[in-house]
Amino acid sequence: MAFSRRHLLGFGLATAAGAGAQGVDLRLPGGPSLRPISDAFPGKRGMIVQRTQPPLLETPLGAFDTGVITPNDRFFVRWHWPLPAEIDPATWALRVDGAVERPQILTLAALAKLPQTEIVAVNQCAGNARGLFEPRIAGAQWGQGAWGNARWRGVALRHVLDAAGLRAGAVAVRFGGADVPPVDGAPAYLKSLAVDHARDGEVMIATHMNGEPLPLLNGLPLRLVVPGWYSTYWVKMLDRIEVLTAPDDNFWMAKAYLMPDTPGGSVAPGTANFPKKPIGAMVPRALVTSIADGDRLAWRAAMTVRGVAIGGDAGVARVEFSGDGGATWRDATLGVDIGRYSFRRFEAALAPVRGAMALRGRATSTAGVVQPLAPVWNPSGYRRGEAETIRVEFV
Amino acid sequence: MRLVVLGFLAAGAAVAAPVSVVLPEAATTYPDLGPGAPPAEAINNNCLGCHSAEMVLTQPRLTPAEWQAEIAKMRNVFHAPIDPADDAAIVAWAVAWSKRLPEG
Repeated sequence: MAFSRRHLLGFGLATAAGAGAQGVDLRLPGGPSLRPISDAFPGKRGMIVQRTQPPLLETPLGAFDTGVITPNDRFFVRWHWPLPAEIDPATWALRVDGAVERPQILTLAALAKLPQTEIVAVNQCAGNARGLFEPRIAGAQWGQGAWGNARWRGVALRHVLDAAGLRAGAVAVRFGGADVPPVDGAPAYLKSLAVDHARDGEVMIATHMNGEPLPLLNGLPLRLVVPGWYSTYWVKMLDRIEVLTAPDDNFWMAKAYLMPDTPGGSVAPGTANFPKKPIGAMVPRALVTSIADGDRLAWRAAMTVRGVAIGGDAGVARVEFSGDGGATWRDATLGVDIGRYSFRRFEAALAPVRGAMALRGRATSTAGVVQPLAPVWNPSGYRRGEAETIRVEFV
Repeated sequence: MRLVVLGFLAAGAAVAAPVSVVLPEAATTYPDLGPGAPPAEAINNNCLGCHSAEMVLTQPRLTPAEWQAEIAKMRNVFHAPIDPADDAAIVAWAVAWSKRLPEG
């Protein structure tokens, strides 16, 4: 739903970055729900501005409806700390050290000589759609656009680790980038993977995204790609790999991005004490992309509803669609499978009734995991996974 | 240098040139909420150094305790130099801002 800039000014949310003519209503329960849409960020156009500095930019729903690959200039952006505005690929150095036999300093030219591979994979923020949780949760107030799907190209992390040679006792591999905390003593953004995961041959050091160098805002010149796992692990502007001989106890692994270690990742709102573990693999999700929540549409006898689905860390086996809020379900038609970690298109037939309708999609992964109908809730607003409900009206 | 360039061509793209961009500045500050409302001075003095104002302005209706917890997290975890004498004024402004939102 678009509205004028005057609307935004009334909410005190207009920014230099959001000085375009358009905005969007994310329909977050209780608000504030209005966000500017901006062309002001380098390499980006038509992005929902959640925060200018450090940038949090959300992809509008329409960008997911045009194809299963999210264009680079529409791909969401999320930085914890300020990032450099200038990158010189000619002098970039990726340091590999810690518990390795042969510490490395790899230039981009050296990486380019290693075997190049490609993978299509969805990159999704752990907090995607946090703004839709009820009760609401403090944090980045994302709608449904903190994810995207791209064809990544680069070097398997395994090749780099093999070149360095892991020493006995290596248990984890830690990744850091060129973003720097603005205050001395604040924890640098560091994330780790277990050593077997890091060496699985799928985790990639990517240089390219959809056939182009990574946009600066998506991590130029190198970012980690961890297929099937949330983007908190996809460290951008990667310049450091450190092999650890003990589990990583840095803030971003030990204190942040922790999930309830409970069935479904949920706890009752208000629960303070529960077992926690670092967030990891994604879960199945289906998102209707051809209609937005709150749309009023001209009635017609029959129509097709489109969307995209993921299986999480597996493929999409099935998407079901409901036109009655989840009371009855019918199988949607799945689009071409271009990889288990990719978005997969679905299409479903709908026979609209006049008045209000509640539309839901529900994905099942090839591992047999089905989206729950009951809401997911945890105190950080991570890993939303329930079958979403889109409320529309046919008039 | 020639070898570096060839390396990039072999990889299918020429990225050897430095990339320099201009990241937008945020123009927004925390607005004055009007006569009788808590002043925005404390939050503007303390809560624009690490992030732009949208971080606060986009939050849902939070309780005073939740706003105080956010201040504590910024100070204790992220080492933000927030003057403890300003905590009450920051919370008061944020709660007044929250109250402008519809009931959630």
